[in-house]
Amino acid sequence: MKVEENQAASAQTTDSSSVANLRVPLGTRPLRLLQRYAPPLVLMLSLFIAWQVGTWLTQVPKWLLPSPWQIIVAGVEASDLLGPHTWQTLKETWLGLGLSLVVGLALALVMDFSALLRRTLYPLLVASQTVPILALAPLLIIWFGYGILPKVIVVALVCFFPIVVSTADGLRVADPDLVALLRAMGANRRQIFFKVRLPGAVPSFFSGLKIAITYSVVGAVIGEWVGASRGLGIFMIRSSKNFLTDRVFAAIAVTSILSIIMFVAVVILERCLLPWYYAHREDVWEEV
Amino acid sequence: MSSYPDSVSEIELSNVHKAFRLDGRLVTALGGVNLTARSGEFVVLIGPSGCGKSTLLNIICGLMEPDSGEVLLDGRPVQNRTGLLGYMLQKDLLLPWRKVLDNVILGPEISGLDRKAARQEAERLMPHFGLEGFEHSYPATLSGGMRQRTALLRTFLCRRNAMLLDEPFGALDALTRRGLQEWLLDVWSQFRQTILFVTHDVDEAVYLADRVYVMTSRPGRIKLELNVPLPRPRSRDMITSTGFADLKKQLLVSLETE
Ligand SMILES: Nc1ncnc2c1ncn2[C@@H]1O[C@H](COP(=O)(O)OP(=O)(O)OP(=O)(O)O)[C@@H](O)[C@H]1O
Ligand SMILES: [Mg+2]
Repeated sequence: MKVEENQAASAQTTDSSSVANLRVPLGTRPLRLLQRYAPPLVLMLSLFIAWQVGTWLTQVPKWLLPSPWQIIVAGVEASDLLGPHTWQTLKETWLGLGLSLVVGLALALVMDFSALLRRTLYPLLVASQTVPILALAPLLIIWFGYGILPKVIVVALVCFFPIVVSTADGLRVADPDLVALLRAMGANRRQIFFKVRLPGAVPSFFSGLKIAITYSVVGAVIGEWVGASRGLGIFMIRSSKNFLTDRVFAAIAVTSILSIIMFVAVVILERCLLPWYYAHREDVWEEV
Repeated sequence: MSSYPDSVSEIELSNVHKAFRLDGRLVTALGGVNLTARSGEFVVLIGPSGCGKSTLLNIICGLMEPDSGEVLLDGRPVQNRTGLLGYMLQKDLLLPWRKVLDNVILGPEISGLDRKAARQEAERLMPHFGLEGFEHSYPATLSGGMRQRTALLRTFLCRRNAMLLDEPFGALDALTRRGLQEWLLDVWSQFRQTILFVTHDVDEAVYLADRVYVMTSRPGRIKLELNVPLPRPRSRDMITSTGFADLKKQLLVSLETE
């Protein structure tokens, strides 16, 4: 036993030190980041350059198709206007997302609690996604006025579905053997839920949230199109009516950038909250 | 010192039958199993793959009910058996979102015991299981053998008077396996839990057991009950003794005629 223990112990030390050796020195980290993010950046940049050169060669008028540079200039010139509009859209997006999180998670829990409720609710949820938002938005304005509420509802309507489906599925697919183990240990339903099923559903929830986030800003913009006094949507409508195409594009750019920033924020949050999900032996090798 | 509350130490099966419906066919997994593990006894169950060993353990610990036959714990039929026995399933089934240390204290946690005390005890046992230095690793970063040792420690920390171990050392290398066999015998000689141990390894069976049950292939029944009269504490030299070889031969013959 003694000998074996020693051998086991020495095996461990070599184990852990070899892991430590695999840690890449900090100096090469920027290089790795560059390797990872350079290809998409180069692609984007070349597309923009092609666009810039194309508009310049064809001399296409600005109101028909502005060049990227003209869009940037227009955006900067209109920044006093764009700022408050963007802020309005952001408020709607966040409120809508919050609402969709509350409603979506509640529905997922309810559907998880009872198979009957699940079967009853699922078709209704799917049906809610088949309603054309552009047709519904004017109705929401008739019902709830020109305030922020109809826009928030549009955002929530777009976002809650991926959240419900992903969370409910995540709860449902818990490893039956793990559940069996907990039962054999004498755990009750509540303990099984909180110790196995809920933590296991979090990665799936985040997948849904990432989809929801990507749609959320666009949802707010669509909500504004139909009728609003402020917001990127109404800014786009007004600009396009006045043939200020460069401003339309500037607003589109802001919409995309906001969506991307929020998406990245969720990814970072996910990485922080789910270290175990990204803790794989392969990662160690990838870093070499 | 060896008694834990809410726990039982004697297991008796009488004429246990179990069938499963598989794609419309009826598969008889257990065809009348009789088996006893008395208090403090080390019983090994050995049998060909698919003969129903895991099913048997599932029934004993209350995850399933037998189609017919009885499970007696401490001499009484118990309706709700879950939580009374320690059970290590064939898969390691670690919670991927918990670090090793938090995985192994799952049992005490479910029983509502103090987590801090449980952690301290777990930390003390880490070196015995070759898990020292990995307390704060996630299961995904461990080797298969380390995951199994973690699962074994988790079962041990459930502190039950009887433990069902389904091929606990199945995925381990010979060296670690031997170390853990001795560790298990050591713990068992101190605490004298009843152990029902499933294995495919004949050497392991003879080395550990007071008694070995050999099962037939499906439908599983007990084919041979073999007492192992080797003295305790067991030592490695016994493996080369004629008594050991004799017992081993009987098991092999019984298994080969399957
Ligand atoms: N939940 C289940 N549903 C249907 N069939 C099952 C179920 N559990 C077990 N069986 C069947 O019962 C038989 C016995 O399975 P079991 O897992 O108990 O075998 P085992 O002796 O543990 O095998 P191994 O040594 O390979 O682990 C197999 O034919 C299996 O397909
Ligand atoms: Mg099995």
